[in-house]
Amino acid sequence: MSTRRAAILGGNRIPFARSNGPYSHASNQDMLTATIDGLVARFGLQGERVGEVAAGAVLKHSRDFNLTRESVLGSRLSPYTPAYDVQQACGTGLETAILVANKIALGQIESAVAGGVDTTSDAPIAVNEGLREVLLDVNRAKTVGGRLKALSRLRPQQIVPSIPANSEPRTGMSMGEHQAITTLEWGISRKDQDELAAASHQHLAAAYDRGFFDDLVTPFLGLTRDQNLRPDSTVEKLATLPPVFGRHLAGDAATMTAGNSTPLTDGASTVLLASDEWAAEHKLPVLAHLVDAETAAVDYVHGDRKADGLLMAPVYALPRLLARNKLSLQDFDLYEIHEAFASTVLCTLAAWEDAAFCRQYLGLDDALGSIDRTKLNVNGSSLAAGHPFAATGGRILASLAKQLHENGGGRGLISICAAGGQGVVAILEV
Amino acid sequence: MPDRYLDLVNSPLGSAVASRVGLPRPAVLRRYQAGDPLLPGPLLLGSTSGAAPAELVDLLKSVGADVRDAQTDDDRWGALVLDATEIRTPSDLAGLRTFFAGRLRQLLPSGRVLVLGRAPDGADIATDASRQALDGVVRSIAKELQRGATANLLLVDEPAGTGTSVESALRFFLSGKSAYVDGQPVRLGSGEAPAPADWDHPLAGKTALVTGAARGIGAAIAGVLARDGASVIVADLAQAGEGLAKVANRLGGTTLHLDVASPDAPERLLAHLAAHTEGLDILIHNAGITRDKLLANMKPDQWDSVIAVNLESQLRINDALLGSRQLRDQARVVCLSSTTGLSGNRGQTNYAATKAGVIGLVRSAAAAFASHGDSTINAVAPGFIDTEMTAKMPLATREVARRLSSLQQAGLPVDVAEAVAWLSSPGAGGVNGQVLRVCGQNLVGA
Repeated sequence: MSTRRAAILGGNRIPFARSNGPYSHASNQDMLTATIDGLVARFGLQGERVGEVAAGAVLKHSRDFNLTRESVLGSRLSPYTPAYDVQQACGTGLETAILVANKIALGQIESAVAGGVDTTSDAPIAVNEGLREVLLDVNRAKTVGGRLKALSRLRPQQIVPSIPANSEPRTGMSMGEHQAITTLEWGISRKDQDELAAASHQHLAAAYDRGFFDDLVTPFLGLTRDQNLRPDSTVEKLATLPPVFGRHLAGDAATMTAGNSTPLTDGASTVLLASDEWAAEHKLPVLAHLVDAETAAVDYVHGDRKADGLLMAPVYALPRLLARNKLSLQDFDLYEIHEAFASTVLCTLAAWEDAAFCRQYLGLDDALGSIDRTKLNVNGSSLAAGHPFAATGGRILASLAKQLHENGGGRGLISICAAGGQGVVAILEV
Repeated sequence: MPDRYLDLVNSPLGSAVASRVGLPRPAVLRRYQAGDPLLPGPLLLGSTSGAAPAELVDLLKSVGADVRDAQTDDDRWGALVLDATEIRTPSDLAGLRTFFAGRLRQLLPSGRVLVLGRAPDGADIATDASRQALDGVVRSIAKELQRGATANLLLVDEPAGTGTSVESALRFFLSGKSAYVDGQPVRLGSGEAPAPADWDHPLAGKTALVTGAARGIGAAIAGVLARDGASVIVADLAQAGEGLAKVANRLGGTTLHLDVASPDAPERLLAHLAAHTEGLDILIHNAGITRDKLLANMKPDQWDSVIAVNLESQLRINDALLGSRQLRDQARVVCLSSTTGLSGNRGQTNYAATKAGVIGLVRSAAAAFASHGDSTINAVAPGFIDTEMTAKMPLATREVARRLSSLQQAGLPVDVAEAVAWLSSPGAGGVNGQVLRVCGQNLVGA
């Protein structure tokens, strides 16, 4: 069976907003629908039956069981466009693209939209677990007596709702606390983190100023740029912020601040993928191709504190992807490493540079080596743009594809870490 | 912004009161709807030189008019059309009085007066004087007409009924598409003006780009171009992208985020056209801003930004297009001017400079566009049009401004859009380097 490469034709996202900001009253469905509609408008897809739309959200209301399909029905795409939801934590956005790209590669579909959306403002709040059990038992009871007996278990404290927390169920620790340990283990300095954060803001601001996002972003609810962006961010200003994660750590080991960590964010992104033939028929230029991808996971629950850090999975995914594609880490023109935290990027790079680690944990003969840092996150990344979990993959994918196209060719690497000790990496080529 | 006064005087009670106390009585204008008859009643055709030419009779019939000749004894006319192309002496002008006297009162609401004349050509002084006289006659008829009726003057080069753009002009001026065009002369020259395959979709197969299309007049223009069959690219600032996407999705077009005043705008526009189209057929320079201030108080950036957006951007984009492969033959460019550019306006020196400048631009660029495969460039000068901008005016100012035209009401964005769409159509190829006012014969200005 022959396969083909799936083309990335472009993307659309809404500016990312800080939690409880301009998008406070926008639901995931509102944001995803608007983002799809912006994509439809940019590429003239009104009434078009796209092969498939795959998207997802990390924080999801139970009513949104069919979030993506409902968004498609609310959009200007043909209602005959099928859709499904995907959820792989922060890997969702990239994973959706990989799924539909594989279907395009196999010839099962000709075109697709991949996307993701998240809101931490319009978050789902569930009823108290104790109350939920009582109510379900009342519903199950067949007699009045049985119902009364179940109701007798109601307690005042059950009025407290269950609010979703940004923590790992198996450890009870937040992502930031996990990363604080990894950061310490890898010896990542505060200064290096702040430098990476400042660069992210400066790069993103410069990209906006040169109009790079003019065909990637559509304003939403009055917001025209990522709200988290601080163009005047500097290492000096960032150095003044107090640590927010790892404060229990001894001495000055706590290095992660609100400035070098991503804030809670609301937003959505979409990417248009297709076969080269479909692109040509629709007179849409191909920006890049999604060549291959790999996912990995680490045992952050029981594993090594250093090697199995919660957000270290991409480190493991990459060598497998490189081997399959007969490439080295240095064979890329651009690198996009998702900045969940500045230290995540730096730990990832440090691991690839560590020969002992690469031998022991990645089964390699030597270190993967270092990268040219001027090729890293050249248009800014999550520290500046913000990180609406499932929407980050689409943001990175469309931006990297466009930058490669602007460069007139080349190869790009994407690395995204995700909750649950997971990671997704992918290769783009023009 | 609804015109409540117009609604009121068109109600039974309001109408009675307004007529007794002599208040202005604006009419509800007849506006184009697909499938409507061309005219609300029969068309009376006359000539200042005996019988009207058979070509003109045939043409009027073919565009859908119920044509009657001067012998017909009817008292309800949808249109009065007079061929005055053979006028040579001042005494010939009496033919206008003969034809119109008595019949103007028989014109139905939103009826049409059209006079076909010739432009003065310098060959004979008395002839030129007599031809120029038509201009004064038609403008005065327009002021005399009531109930939404309009009068306009078509200046033809060929014998009436045979010129290249006469058919498309008749379709525009007789129909509801010209609802707010009143008292205007248009010269129909000899440019290439092919008839479209389908007059209901004259822009089928054409690619159009409208700047400043996220709202208001730009959005209306994009809508009418799409209705007429064009594939429309709607362009606006990235900040206006939310509204722009809605416009694009409403009419089945595509969006382009473009700041026309940015230094790289022409280059980006050309790149987009090269990547996404087979070339551009229609360009509408609609993007514009106001930074009103008395000249005595105006800051440099208020002056410079208006000049950059409203005028310089058009010059640079036109130059880039003419020098590229992205502008197709028989292209149509329409630039948005304003009656402010003709009459001036207090506090708008910067804006008036650009809107007058645009008129100079189209007059001067006409030859260059004509030599680009019989392309044309024209300007449309809207008068007082109800938009979000005018909705912000103080009530009294807006109410007065609305009544200061022969039609005693503001125009709608669609009125401007219809004129733009006509000038963008293949059949309007004979119109080049001209300014068409869409102002309801605004009482201020030229």
